[in-house]
Amino acid sequence: MTDALDRQLIAAVQHGLPITSRPYLAIAQQLAISEQEVINRLTQLKQQGLIKRFGVIVHHRKLGYQANAMVVWNIPDDIVDEIGCKLSQEKCVNLCYQRPRRENWAYNLYCMIHGKSRDTVLAQLQQIIETHALSAFAYQVLFSRRCFKQRGAIYAADSGLR
Amino acid sequence: MQLTALHKALLNNYQQDFPLSPTPYLEIATALGVTEAEVLAALTELANQRFISRIGLIIPPNQLGVSCLVAMAIPQAQLQTVANVVSSYSEVNHNYEREHAFNLWFVLIANNQQHLQKVLTEIEQKTGFLTMQLPLIADYFINLGFELELND
Repeated sequence: MTDALDRQLIAAVQHGLPITSRPYLAIAQQLAISEQEVINRLTQLKQQGLIKRFGVIVHHRKLGYQANAMVVWNIPDDIVDEIGCKLSQEKCVNLCYQRPRRENWAYNLYCMIHGKSRDTVLAQLQQIIETHALSAFAYQVLFSRRCFKQRGAIYAADSGLR
Repeated sequence: MQLTALHKALLNNYQQDFPLSPTPYLEIATALGVTEAEVLAALTELANQRFISRIGLIIPPNQLGVSCLVAMAIPQAQLQTVANVVSSYSEVNHNYEREHAFNLWFVLIANNQQHLQKVLTEIEQKTGFLTMQLPLIADYFINLGFELELND
């Protein structure tokens, strides 16, 4: 369960933990609660899975990972969960989602692959296709070109929680 | 900027489980055999040089509010203009050009479905192009963080 204070805490931390000796104290003072309460609540939110990860958020492009491909597949509905779970465990796959098909868009499984070059990404993709016997399924590779905007998800403090 | 062993350790080892103790940077320093001041300096450098965006948290999609992946097919000559309109919304958190007829891809996050639809309708009206909405059905991701190969 989360409450208004949890949401304020998430809003305070999501812009970045201060890089100072007592960062949780700085946030505690902002919210007028104790340092220990900040730590306890963040620990709990993480245990609950509401915070998926907490730590250093890297810029892949700056670190030499210039090639980013979104690979989309058309996988039959009755096996998409099974294949999605398997692909998500591949080391080179960063994200793996199921989304609805649309008119002119027959794809329902999405994977993100980051690599240092297009060739590396394409080689990794071939490896995945072979390992998981995916060659019968239609797919497309959408490499990213320009990045117009990139920032972490920003949630307003009053967001409704599900 | 040349990445040192300390920079690399900070980039690779602290993406998922940042210490939740009163002095997390001291805890990291102890684990890496350096001083707290060195850790603070190295992280500040990484942030200033944009190797890291921040020390922050990642919330799974649709836990707080609603999100949706959106694609648009835009003629190349108009792409920058349309992308600017899309990026101007604070609800849009990333916005990329991709190599496909559907060449503009962005993620929208809003407090509720109604607000999300309002933003999409506005984008369609302002740009004159339709949006293709691809909300999440399932998130299969288990392995978190991203292992960087920083040695080559």
